[in-house]
Amino acid sequence: MEDFHIASIIVSTIRNAPVLMFAAMAGLFAERSGVVDIGLEGKILASAFVSAAVAYSTQNPWYGIAAGIAVSVALAMVQAFVAINQKGNQLVCGIAINIAMSGLTFVLAQFFFQQGGRTPDLGGARMADVVLPGTAAMENIPFIGWLYGHVIGNQSVLVYLAFLLVPIVHWTLYHSRFGLRLRACGENPHAADAAGVSVERTRYLAMLVAGVLCSFSGAYLAIVQSGFFLRDMSAGAGYLALTALVFGNWRPLYTVLGCLMFGMFGAIQIQLEGVDLPVVGRIPGSLIQMIPYVVTVVVLAGLMAKSVAPKAIGKPFVKSR
Amino acid sequence: MKKTELPRWATGFVLPILNLLSALVIAGFVIHLLGESPLESLEILVDSAIVNPEGLAYTMFYASTFIFTGLAVSIAMQAGLFNIGAEGQMYVGGLGLTLAMLAFDASLSPWLLIPAGMIGAALFGAAWAFLPGYLQAKRGSHVVVTTIMFNFIAASLMNYLILKMIPVGEQNPASRVFSSAAELPLLTSWFPVLGDTPLNICFLLAIVALVIYGLAVWRSSWGYKLRATGLNAHAAHYAGVKISRTIIVTMLVSGALAGLASVNSILGSTHYLSLNFPAGAGFIGIAIALMGRQNPVGIFLSSVLFGALIQGGFDLSLEKPNIPQETFIFIQGLIILFCGAMEHFYAPALLKLINLTGKKAA
Amino acid sequence: MQPAVEFRNISKAFGAVQANADVSFSIAKGSIHGVIGENGAGKSTLMSILYGYYNADSGQVLVDGQAQDIRTSHEAIALGIGMVHQHFMLVENMTVLDNVMLGNEGGFKLAARRGAVEATLREICARYRLDVDPLATVHDLSVGAQQRVEILKQIYRSAEILILDEPTAVLTAQETASLFEILRLFKEQGKTIILITHKLQEIMDITDEVTVMRAGRVVGAVQTRDTSKEQLANMMVGRPIQSELPRGPYQPGAEVLKVSGLQLKDANGVALLSDIDFTLRAGEVVAIAGVSGNGQSELLEILSGMRLPSSGSVEFLGQPLPYAGRANADGLPAAFRGLGIGHVPEDRLRDGVIKDFSVMQNTVFGYQDQGDVKGRFGLFDFKKIAQRCAGLMRDFDVRPNNPDLRIGLLSGGNQQKVVIAREVAACPKLMLVGQPTRGVDIGTIESIHTQLLRLRDEGVAILLSSVELEEVRALADRIIVMSGGRITGVLPVDEFDTTRIGLLMGGLHKS
Repeated sequence: MEDFHIASIIVSTIRNAPVLMFAAMAGLFAERSGVVDIGLEGKILASAFVSAAVAYSTQNPWYGIAAGIAVSVALAMVQAFVAINQKGNQLVCGIAINIAMSGLTFVLAQFFFQQGGRTPDLGGARMADVVLPGTAAMENIPFIGWLYGHVIGNQSVLVYLAFLLVPIVHWTLYHSRFGLRLRACGENPHAADAAGVSVERTRYLAMLVAGVLCSFSGAYLAIVQSGFFLRDMSAGAGYLALTALVFGNWRPLYTVLGCLMFGMFGAIQIQLEGVDLPVVGRIPGSLIQMIPYVVTVVVLAGLMAKSVAPKAIGKPFVKSR
Repeated sequence: MKKTELPRWATGFVLPILNLLSALVIAGFVIHLLGESPLESLEILVDSAIVNPEGLAYTMFYASTFIFTGLAVSIAMQAGLFNIGAEGQMYVGGLGLTLAMLAFDASLSPWLLIPAGMIGAALFGAAWAFLPGYLQAKRGSHVVVTTIMFNFIAASLMNYLILKMIPVGEQNPASRVFSSAAELPLLTSWFPVLGDTPLNICFLLAIVALVIYGLAVWRSSWGYKLRATGLNAHAAHYAGVKISRTIIVTMLVSGALAGLASVNSILGSTHYLSLNFPAGAGFIGIAIALMGRQNPVGIFLSSVLFGALIQGGFDLSLEKPNIPQETFIFIQGLIILFCGAMEHFYAPALLKLINLTGKKAA
Repeated sequence: MQPAVEFRNISKAFGAVQANADVSFSIAKGSIHGVIGENGAGKSTLMSILYGYYNADSGQVLVDGQAQDIRTSHEAIALGIGMVHQHFMLVENMTVLDNVMLGNEGGFKLAARRGAVEATLREICARYRLDVDPLATVHDLSVGAQQRVEILKQIYRSAEILILDEPTAVLTAQETASLFEILRLFKEQGKTIILITHKLQEIMDITDEVTVMRAGRVVGAVQTRDTSKEQLANMMVGRPIQSELPRGPYQPGAEVLKVSGLQLKDANGVALLSDIDFTLRAGEVVAIAGVSGNGQSELLEILSGMRLPSSGSVEFLGQPLPYAGRANADGLPAAFRGLGIGHVPEDRLRDGVIKDFSVMQNTVFGYQDQGDVKGRFGLFDFKKIAQRCAGLMRDFDVRPNNPDLRIGLLSGGNQQKVVIAREVAACPKLMLVGQPTRGVDIGTIESIHTQLLRLRDEGVAILLSSVELEEVRALADRIIVMSGGRITGVLPVDEFDTTRIGLLMGGLHKS
């Protein structure tokens, strides 16, 4: 069992979680305003491809991130249009976007880069990890040195952004005017409407924020974690993020805890491969891959927490008098 | 008189065609951006999938699979359930089929073997849909996310199992080839013009399935209760429908239909169980259910359309490397968007048009 | 003095329906003005125009003498118009304070104004005796308290003109009295109150002037002191209401239903029904009177098999009803129907019909497994079903006479006729009816009442619940009054007394 390195599990968890955190916070804004966002997966894929492609072509990750934001927001606006103006089925819309992006990203990657549907390695165009000042000096201090230098420090800028966003999202949702209106639209849009709040405008804004936040998930996946875009690389992250929302009862702090939990499972997964466990022996890689999805089903079965969704979620708002 | 509502022929016929055209126009635009001519691509596609008799046979062969997955998604939709898991259910159904083949293809005659395989496929497909159905009925877990998860779980599970099934000495990630007893009667033996194509009796079975579906859903009390549950579960409860049981049984039937799709796919062509053999048929089933508006004729026509897209798309990707087969996954997504989420996009304009021409005629 | 509000020639149509036709009247400042009319008279539409939800097709609205084009509720609020809706516009999982601040936050940061708003709210509550804690969460409050929150919201926004839409539909007699006290305080402060209601007694009790609407038009505008309930009723309906419907002698037969010790607790352990005991005999009508939300709905749901009781028993025709040993009521209504219990549900669109099915399809609803609708191979015999449907539509005068029309397109009254026809056709021994004429137009109400009395004369036992005391008096042989989930009184109809029943509805047990 000495093969298990708790330390590396912790570091891996912190590195895995942002993909889910950005997507989950995106979903939080959308769903708390009353719009179901099954299309997180498609937005992640689209922004992953575009950010990797642009980052490679311009050799600048920041342009890549900017391009990713643009694309993700565009898709979010399509979803908003369908949900708010067309009053269409939000689930179907999300699935449509996921399938469409799965196909389109491959086709475009193939067209531009001729590498079997992936983008070339970013190499130097990846973002350097941030090394906190004094890391070298503290290197030899047991535990604190490691904590400072390798857990809190030595992470990508986007990791810091992800964690910084948590208190910002919390404050925005519960202590700002926008958050109050957003939550009202998700619980009782008729009440918001009667109070003079534009439900349509609030939901569009919510989707705009969701688009921006979700784009970071894809950019992180492609630019920071891998260094390239690969077909269907999101591998269900969008759905895991939704599950974290259910797990966290649509509250920012608990949702992020859910993301960290999934991140930890991902870290343990990698450690488990090739390891001989007592009694069961070596668990095959394909079965280990199943773990996050099985956990999702367990959470959704309500075996972990009793969860209450925003009351008005998924129902198009029609002024009824 | 000014109409406030669209007549049935408009909603049942014109709108779906407009929606389909929208998806195709956008796809055409993307093809244009990829440096190819949309019209030329369309010509190649139609030639390959429809004009050429062998190509047509392939189109119908693919359509046979899609009719089953389309039925699977449609029947769940009638009960208000969005079954995204047809892909996984078809995959696991293939396992059931394979186990029956591996166990009995040396001992049973084709008359018993093939039905045994079909039963295996249906049972395993149903089993894979059971848990999502149960969780929705008893714990309110949304069937959309659970079936998606089961797709992923199926992929991992089948990955593991298929690797175990590779015969000694082989490299291909697949089971051994089934014996000749497992060959489905090909339609070319009755219509030689079809050439050397895999179109088989599953096509006829698919038609039978469509008819049974039509009768069951619209002419039986079971179907009546199903539709009531999908339209208004509160009222269905008032009417004495057992909601839990309806949800679970519907998912079982849906899974069984998806499982049956594997029969055509495996016994009709490869004759062995291979990695990822469904190749997206389950998701195409979603597009078909939405485009075909869950009615038998619509499902049939949509399945043929998608069969044509796959067959034509294959030849197109050979001739035009810039238009790989994944382009059709993109088109699928567009069709789902226009037919499933934006079905009423053209309704206001169409209503205005009808009222305008009505006035002129009056 | 300028009237607070004046309507001049307001017209508004929704498709083929003319909701308001050339409506003109004015509302004096500092008065309590009643607008009365039946369902569909156009009162709510008119007020929605005043509050900016709709725009009139033609005509003018004047506020304080100035013509105004009110396009949004925001603009109405800015003009000092506030509206308390029938269905509260409150976000249940937020505090009263947050609900008041919604739309009115005064800046991006909420914390900046929270303290000041809270102080203002407490002051308003004290001044008008509203008795609401600004920091309470809305879903913890009683219905009456929630309504006071709605009023508080309007006062906070400096509403000078307050519209109340059917405010007493969900209140007990005591809460209604409290509300009227608050309204009188407002009037003293110079505010204008517009009270939309269909209850004649309220008009007489509290208003200064009354406008009567019928079918989208104004048919009368009087000072309350110059008129009477009978005169208002006649204007509302347009013809004298038949006060007595023909019924046979009261000769109840064998005991059909015996309810003993019925209890119902919800998921949080709150008692919804306590100690319900009563019997029902063939050929009698027992009406449950009570303000909605006092357990009548739950009682009917239990008796029809849609819900399980927590404890207690019910005997139907001498046999216990099959509640025992079940985890939930899934599928139970079918068994109850089979035993001979018919049910016309309170909320017909939610429970009783499938809106998108045709009328014909709805006549089979609940009876879809019976042999008499089936033909070969166990599939539906559409000819038989069509014949049956045609007969029912003819006997119950369902209009329009098109069995293939989606039932959602029929008027409320015709939908109700289809439901009643369907249940009656099954020849039940017990008929449960929830709010028989809710959302039903005046002309159909009489025919439904006649139909129910005919059933009674044929020996069917009928248990109905109604929030309309006039309906209770017209139909019942015996009256059960419920309040807070308990039976507070049982009396024969010839002891009918509005005051006594009102007190029982308000929770006082019979002495």
